[in-house]
Amino acid sequence: MTERMTGAQALVRALEHVGVDTVFGIPGGAILPAYDPLYDSTKVRHVLVRHEQGAGHAAEGYAQATGKVGVCMATSGPGATNLVTPIADAYMDSVPIVAITGQVASGAIGTDAFQEADISGITMPITKHNFLVTDPADIPRTIAEAFHIASTGRPGPVLVDISKDALQAETVFSWPPVMQLPGYRPVTRPHSKQIREAAKLIAESRRPILYVGGGVHKARASAELLQLAELTNIPVITTLMARGTFPDGHPQHMGMPGMHGSVSAVGALQQSDLIIGLGVRFDDRVTGQLSSFAPYAKVVHADIDPAEISKNRHADVPIVGDCKEVITDLIAAIQASGQKGDYAAWWTVLNGYKQTYPLGYEEFEDGSLAPQYVMQRLSAIAGPDTYYVAGVGQHQMWASQFIDYENPGTFINSGGLGTMGFAVPAAMGAKMGCPDATVWAIDGDGCFQMTNQELATCALEGVPIKIAIINNGNLGMVRQWQTLFYDQRYSNTDLQTTRRIPDFVKLAEAYGCVGLRCERPEDVDAVIKKAMEINDVPVVVDFVVHQDAMVWPMVAAGTSNDDIKIARDMAPNWENEDE
Amino acid sequence: MSRHTLSVLVENKPGVLARVSALFSRRGFNIDSLAVGPTEHDDISRMTIVVSVEDLPLEQVTKQLNKLVNVLKIVELDPSQSVQRELMLIKVKADAENRSHVLELVQLFRARCVDVAADAVTIEVTGTPDKLEAFIKVLEPFGIKELVQSGMVAIGRGARSITDRSLRALDRTA
Repeated sequence: MTERMTGAQALVRALEHVGVDTVFGIPGGAILPAYDPLYDSTKVRHVLVRHEQGAGHAAEGYAQATGKVGVCMATSGPGATNLVTPIADAYMDSVPIVAITGQVASGAIGTDAFQEADISGITMPITKHNFLVTDPADIPRTIAEAFHIASTGRPGPVLVDISKDALQAETVFSWPPVMQLPGYRPVTRPHSKQIREAAKLIAESRRPILYVGGGVHKARASAELLQLAELTNIPVITTLMARGTFPDGHPQHMGMPGMHGSVSAVGALQQSDLIIGLGVRFDDRVTGQLSSFAPYAKVVHADIDPAEISKNRHADVPIVGDCKEVITDLIAAIQASGQKGDYAAWWTVLNGYKQTYPLGYEEFEDGSLAPQYVMQRLSAIAGPDTYYVAGVGQHQMWASQFIDYENPGTFINSGGLGTMGFAVPAAMGAKMGCPDATVWAIDGDGCFQMTNQELATCALEGVPIKIAIINNGNLGMVRQWQTLFYDQRYSNTDLQTTRRIPDFVKLAEAYGCVGLRCERPEDVDAVIKKAMEINDVPVVVDFVVHQDAMVWPMVAAGTSNDDIKIARDMAPNWENEDE
Repeated sequence: MSRHTLSVLVENKPGVLARVSALFSRRGFNIDSLAVGPTEHDDISRMTIVVSVEDLPLEQVTKQLNKLVNVLKIVELDPSQSVQRELMLIKVKADAENRSHVLELVQLFRARCVDVAADAVTIEVTGTPDKLEAFIKVLEPFGIKELVQSGMVAIGRGARSITDRSLRALDRTA
């Protein structure tokens, strides 16, 4: 099939062929030729956002909720640079997105032309790969390659920068193009010898732990994980990127590890003799001080990205492969060996941690609202089939801690980059990808003020997301650090949102959304239920909470996981420290 | 820290050098020397990169390099199993009085005189970094006016070629 058309038409046709149904973007000079044929496409819906950062996060939310590649589009220069934050975010969290940007005409590249920015140069360190296309004949192949790279192996963002003259010039379109990626060969099949080694270590271990990360859900391997866990009776911890990958309600679930992880999860890592890391990267927020991390543990580390293995912590058994294949093979190897580890003593220790140090929080005597309570009620009322999309900060940690995630992929947040402002546009993207699902954004008052312009997009495009603003009037997580480490000198963290500047209810209404407010614990259920009943327009709920609520437990940055505090100056009593 | 010589086969495309060198700098590695040029295959360029790192970080940077889509293959060349050469052009003060002395050193080092002026000669010399260093030392007393050195290029000894398999991969997708 060959046909003559412009580069812009070839771009839109290629997007249709790779299965794109939604593109988030904003037009501008250099990308303008692409918007003309896009106007006619019956397969691709373009969602006009209000800021390119919103387009990028929406593409991420869409990708995470659907498992498909998210797409965002912007013009050259400032349009493209506004995509930098979401691209970096997608890179850190391995989210498959393709960003398409217009570039000034090829003859003007390098002349500091109007709205020129070297976006392929700028995004080189934050993309899995990027392309600069100046020949219209290259457009279909480049789009096919971009989607292939973004979605296979370790997923990630790919940027395709196309010069305006390439969009305008005529070319011959044919599909499918032949991809030319001789240097791109992701390994998905794990090595059988390594699998047998891992199975052997598992059988020999006495205190093993399954440390589960985002890679397991990205491999769509939750069912296999459940089978492996139940087959071996090994406890499971799920990282921030893996919440819901293993059901919170399962008795083998020990919680989230890390800086704000549960005592049972952090303790399990520190006391373990074998860490089975699946789709994880031993991030500093999980390991704490690396030199004292899990001192007794051998490590089996499975990841699709070979560069993650032994990057931070030496792997005794490195396994490169797709987590679904790794877990499936591990199950087979364990079943074949017929050996079973004895973890009874280990379970006694861990269940002790779980019972003695459950997640908790303090109520305030003045009757003001505790943010953790809002999360618990949201979890109970909205339920486990809802997608929860968090911003970054205290509210994100509470959302991770106090909402019960039973289904994989139902917690979407910015983990690696920690991008404030992620929630509203990402929730919009998630809702557009899964229109039948309930999507709750959980945002802070600081985060919300960074990207709330997308409420207009949600209202106009018919995307009825629900937003819970956990409004403590402050940049709460920064304030928490000032409380703990800076002598309570609250330098520039008071947003004064308590003066109702802005008034979030009025702001919501101004954007064509329903605005609700909740200030007392006794009103929480009614407000959430009311928000749940509104399904034709977006709803914003301003939960005004106490500013002194803190996220506990906490492992202070750079300190050992052993020094976890369950509240200020309160450390757990490790029962078997000498083991 | 020990010196390692990496031969990196890359697709001959714009921006690949920037991708490779930027990766070294952002992962915190200093490149001692880098040479890049075409190979026997039009679509493949070859970089020879010399870095001083410990073994573990070297493994990490090699893995990161391998993730670059345009990188086809990375081979670490063992100095004892490979030929490693640098090229140097060096302009030395030399007048009628001491020119013959300089030319004698040129002969001893199996270098070549490529340009002669009334009060200077320009010498071309290739060799290992040690040899070039020694050559600079013996010329220093005459006065070195200018000096330029290439990065190291290296190739494995014996009949085997590191490009063979990469070429096959390239053919499959072409």
